[in-house]
Amino acid sequence: MVKTILGGEAEVKIHDIFVEKIRTSKRYRVKELDDKLRKRRTVSEAKIISSARRSGVATPIILDVEGCRIVMERINGDAVRNVINREIAVKIGENVAKLHSAGIIHGDLTPMNMILKDGMIYFIDFGLAYYDERVEAKGVDIHVFYEALKADFDNWSELWDGFLEGYSQYEKFDEVIDRFREIEMRGRYVDKSENNH
Amino acid sequence: MISLGIESTAWNFSIGVVSEKEIIALENEAYSPKEGGIHPREAAQHHSEVAGNVLNRIFKKISPDEMDVISFSQGPGMGPCLRIGATVARALALKLEKPLAGVNHCLAHVEIGRWLTGAEDPVTVYVSGGNSQIIARRGNRYRVFGETLDIGIGNAIDKFARYIGLPHPGGPRVEKLAEKGTRYIEMPYVVKGMDFSFSGIVTHAMKLFDEGCRSEDIAFSFQETAFAMLVEVTERAMAYLGKSECLLVGGVGANRRLQEMLRLMCHDRNASFHAPPIKYMGDNGAMIAYTGLLMAKHGVRTEIQESYVRPDFRIEEVEVPW
Repeated sequence: MVKTILGGEAEVKIHDIFVEKIRTSKRYRVKELDDKLRKRRTVSEAKIISSARRSGVATPIILDVEGCRIVMERINGDAVRNVINREIAVKIGENVAKLHSAGIIHGDLTPMNMILKDGMIYFIDFGLAYYDERVEAKGVDIHVFYEALKADFDNWSELWDGFLEGYSQYEKFDEVIDRFREIEMRGRYVDKSENNH
Repeated sequence: MISLGIESTAWNFSIGVVSEKEIIALENEAYSPKEGGIHPREAAQHHSEVAGNVLNRIFKKISPDEMDVISFSQGPGMGPCLRIGATVARALALKLEKPLAGVNHCLAHVEIGRWLTGAEDPVTVYVSGGNSQIIARRGNRYRVFGETLDIGIGNAIDKFARYIGLPHPGGPRVEKLAEKGTRYIEMPYVVKGMDFSFSGIVTHAMKLFDEGCRSEDIAFSFQETAFAMLVEVTERAMAYLGKSECLLVGGVGANRRLQEMLRLMCHDRNASFHAPPIKYMGDNGAMIAYTGLLMAKHGVRTEIQESYVRPDFRIEEVEVPW
């Protein structure tokens, strides 16, 4: 039986042993932009999944890439969103430290994009990932995770502490955290209006 | 119950009066800068000059004695502007001996949108000059799921409009230009997780203009790129949260292309799209009055000594008992 999930960015078909991720066309976008985004993201996602594995992060194995479609191994486990606790958050932090060390920005760090299997956290969605060595990109990356926790979990501050504990393995931890705080301030109305008038 | 609401966060000084059933009165005096963008102190000066007149117009339609609560926009917004509205509100509350309700401006956009469209639990796209946020409710609070990492979409469009010599407000003029655009030129498409950034588009659009590209094509490409970013994040928030309603609010919500794109996205995922009448999309006193009424009905009031303005007031800070 095939289960189809209409995600925000792609359609995911879950088969018995593999998963198909298809970036279907979006009618709301102008065709030139739509084609470019879908192809670019498919190719880059496949590349980055492989490079994330080499950095020591668990990911599904890519079986095939063609046009706007990726076929990958199916990971049978628990959605991290449903089982997350402090301990799991620490592990997530450790994995993000590995990604950032490898220059990979995930681009969509949310518990929805992770699966827990045999005690390992699998990162299953690199649809918005890219390479960037700058502190700014890493600060934004963990800011996304921070916002996702805050928006979705009542015990977010405990989870965030756990994440930071794991992420502190990253050699540029202090720098990224400083930048993260700055980004947090920047998102506020008062700064924006002062910048612009 | 009848609530009077004062809005003065930025360009508009507006007072509205609402009951549970209807909007009874709404009077506006918009500030329009002679050149450049909105200057907080000049806007505040404008608001203080028109405040008395706007209030008189309201009280010609309904007697001050009928008010049950005095609501005002407490933030976020420009400090000097907010203080004008807050001062008028405090004076009225004291004189009429009625409770005061300090309203979060973003929350007010969402609540009047829900009220006028009947959307129950939407993912809200709030787009204005200074704000661009994707908001949804979780538990007894609203959360921001995605927002701009630099400038609001309205400011981004205005900056480009001023650069190519269009007068304030730039939004409707850029929209008109874009309708005549025929060629899509690639622009920086920046979505990071659920957040997005518009400043790269502005810089790129200015460069294209300097290089002699048709301004119609630039305006078209600008809108297509920036709006696609907003719609993408909205769709992802809806997918993530499993919500099937989308609500568009804020001044930029008047843009017909943005409406069309959101409507298409919703249609393709079997969701419903909602937008209040344009008059109530941008900043207005009725939304403040209505949210103040909800607060008062649920026993939330703001004491005078706690009624200081909050230029960086976040929607997440408000507990929503309704």
